[in-house]
Amino acid sequence: MALLQIAEPGQSTAPHQHRRAAGIDLGTTHSLVASVRSGTADTLPDMLGRHLLPSVVRYGRGVAPQVGWDALAHAAVDPANTIQSVKRLMGRGSAELEDAHLHHALVESEDSTVPRIATAAGAVSAVEVSAEILKALRARAEASLGGELAGVVITVPAYFDDAQRQATKDAARLAGLNVLRLLNEPTAAALAYGLDQRAEGVIAVYDLGGGTFDLSILRLERGVFEVLATAGDTALGGDDMDRMVGAWIAEQTGVADADAGLAVRIRHAARAAKEALSDREAVELALELGDGGTWRGTLTRETFEALIEPLLRKTLAPCRRALRDADIRTEEVADVVMVGGATRVPLVRRRVAELFGRAPHVDIDPDRVVAIGAAIQADVLAGNKPDGEMLLLDVIPLSLGLETMGGLVEKIIPRNASIPVARAQDFTTFKDGQTAMALHVLQGERELVADCRSLARFELRGIPAMVAGAARIRVTFQVDADGLLGVSAQELSTGVHAEIQVRPSYGLSDGEIERMLHDSIEHAGDDLAARALREAQVEGRRALEAVDAALDADGEAFLSPDERAAIASAREALAARVEGDGARAIKQGIEALEKAAELFVERRMNASVRAAIAGRRVDEFSQD
Amino acid sequence: MDLAQDYFALFGLPRRFALDPEALAARYRELARATHPDRYAAAADAERRYAVQLAARVNEAYRTLKDPLERARYLLALDGADGEHPTTCDTAFLMRQMELREALAEARDTPDPCAALADLEREIRAEAAAITASLASELEAGEREAALVSVTKLQFYRKLEQEAAALEAELEDE
Repeated sequence: MALLQIAEPGQSTAPHQHRRAAGIDLGTTHSLVASVRSGTADTLPDMLGRHLLPSVVRYGRGVAPQVGWDALAHAAVDPANTIQSVKRLMGRGSAELEDAHLHHALVESEDSTVPRIATAAGAVSAVEVSAEILKALRARAEASLGGELAGVVITVPAYFDDAQRQATKDAARLAGLNVLRLLNEPTAAALAYGLDQRAEGVIAVYDLGGGTFDLSILRLERGVFEVLATAGDTALGGDDMDRMVGAWIAEQTGVADADAGLAVRIRHAARAAKEALSDREAVELALELGDGGTWRGTLTRETFEALIEPLLRKTLAPCRRALRDADIRTEEVADVVMVGGATRVPLVRRRVAELFGRAPHVDIDPDRVVAIGAAIQADVLAGNKPDGEMLLLDVIPLSLGLETMGGLVEKIIPRNASIPVARAQDFTTFKDGQTAMALHVLQGERELVADCRSLARFELRGIPAMVAGAARIRVTFQVDADGLLGVSAQELSTGVHAEIQVRPSYGLSDGEIERMLHDSIEHAGDDLAARALREAQVEGRRALEAVDAALDADGEAFLSPDERAAIASAREALAARVEGDGARAIKQGIEALEKAAELFVERRMNASVRAAIAGRRVDEFSQD
Repeated sequence: MDLAQDYFALFGLPRRFALDPEALAARYRELARATHPDRYAAAADAERRYAVQLAARVNEAYRTLKDPLERARYLLALDGADGEHPTTCDTAFLMRQMELREALAEARDTPDPCAALADLEREIRAEAAAITASLASELEAGEREAALVSVTKLQFYRKLEQEAAALEAELEDE
């Protein structure tokens, strides 16, 4: 709790220690970790100098999971226990995964809504698999940076819905990471590109990754990166190109039903062919069929392009929609930035050039730019750049609403609203004497409940019995800067209140995550209690330093003697316990101090915001 | 900054309809810079929560002020006209709405639906702009009843614009 740093926004008031922070690009096919060192952001290689980590995890009985290149090497010989493209399963229920081209058997469990994959090490959820990838990246970053990470920024596709974002955050928690922010991938790319090129004006970021597609339109102006609109498809990417090519190969070989091992070999051959065709006109293929025979064939670029054309057409509609939502004409777009490995495919570049009427910008490394942008943002959010000019203003990708009578969705927050955002709407009862109300939270653009994604259900009880239509229930949606939703409901005449932080219908419960944390191998030897105490003490000391500095600076100006005395007494109470051995007592002390200082905080922040916007005359903004 | 301030006061603007969109956008960036939770990333939870409230307020204010229709409705609501929805009995206007609606419904079946739709959208925008202009002078002149009628008319056009955009998206997807 560094009260100090808010004294004047954008100005540091005390020298402070550099905090280790990293940006993580948790990708469908591969992942990266980057960090800012000596003022430069770069991706961190492993001990063999490789920057990419394949997003592949292999489970074995009684051993720690293999992650990355080693796991990938076993994909064809041990397909059942080797999990690839797990990002496609994040935040999804079993029913939704039927058409996800999954190569694994799903296991339903009775006490959880989360689908799990059967492996030699037991059933695992997508969140746990992702956590293994994050742990590997965490270990790499901590080895490179020489100590524990203070925090990370993890990127997600801009078009990820609330459930997918929550699942990503849960995976980070399982991996023992402190998430400073979930950052949209195209926004991260725009940040790295904008700072590198000193770009200004409107840009479009076309991000075609392994499994997801995003198109974001941003306005860059003096360090402010304002997202105007975003659109996309979270189930469309280079993987799908591989699948198209794989289907073609299977057809050519005449193999009717490939076993799991052959299916993996076909997928890998398809991916290699796609990559080779980026700078060649044709590629020779050789595939062991498993019956001792080998199939040989040739794939030309022309055939390849015909295979993937339908996929590319699916990316162009979101481009047009984002332009329309941003109210931007293609002529106004100063540059189109290409991100994601799949944008190396020449046909992708041609189609994008045709749509925007200009050759896209392809000079940046499409694999690494997202992680680099995330590292820059992580450095800022860790507090290492308090004087920085940079600011990201992002949007919510999909509309949020509530179910109303007749299975219709009433939108409360429209898509592309700038976040953070809070919006309230009043509803009423349907029947005389109705004392409870079921609220069903949905995300999506369609009008019918059945066509939108169900995020959560909760109930407001204790509404006084009145005639139908007399009660006034105000429902407030609040979306934070991570794009995560909180919902509260209140009956206005009585003040009856209900509130939830949306836990998605297909998400892990808090209890499940706690249990996984306890069960995980890494935490077995770790004394959780000692660690909690240490963290509480650090937090407590910081809170004390911060409040002392704030009182010194502004106590006179903003507080009456009584108010000041109240804060001082909460301060003393915390100081008395901070070196003790009760983590809970310290936490309570911090909370009490925060509560006592609440008005002080508001007054200081209001004053600093006023100061930041002062010096402007009202008539400068009026127009005759 | 005070959460109870109206949006015009929050943005340091006079409470009137006319404003310069460029200056409004520049002011928004300044306010966002001063309130965005990222600026308080290293601060205590209480401060971050308060920053989220401030930033959400700034975003909502900007959304309202930058859209002429929303801005007019907000001005009228500040003036105590909240919840008043006069029905327009301007027959010529209602006839025109029916015409536009028919044209929109038929656009899909014309030889070149995209071109027909683009023409129609241009007409809709031009007519909405004319009403926005009269709304501006009505608000400046304090003609509240007339302004409320113009707002109602603009809402018709807003709905048409949305339906035209939905049709455009549909045509693109085919």
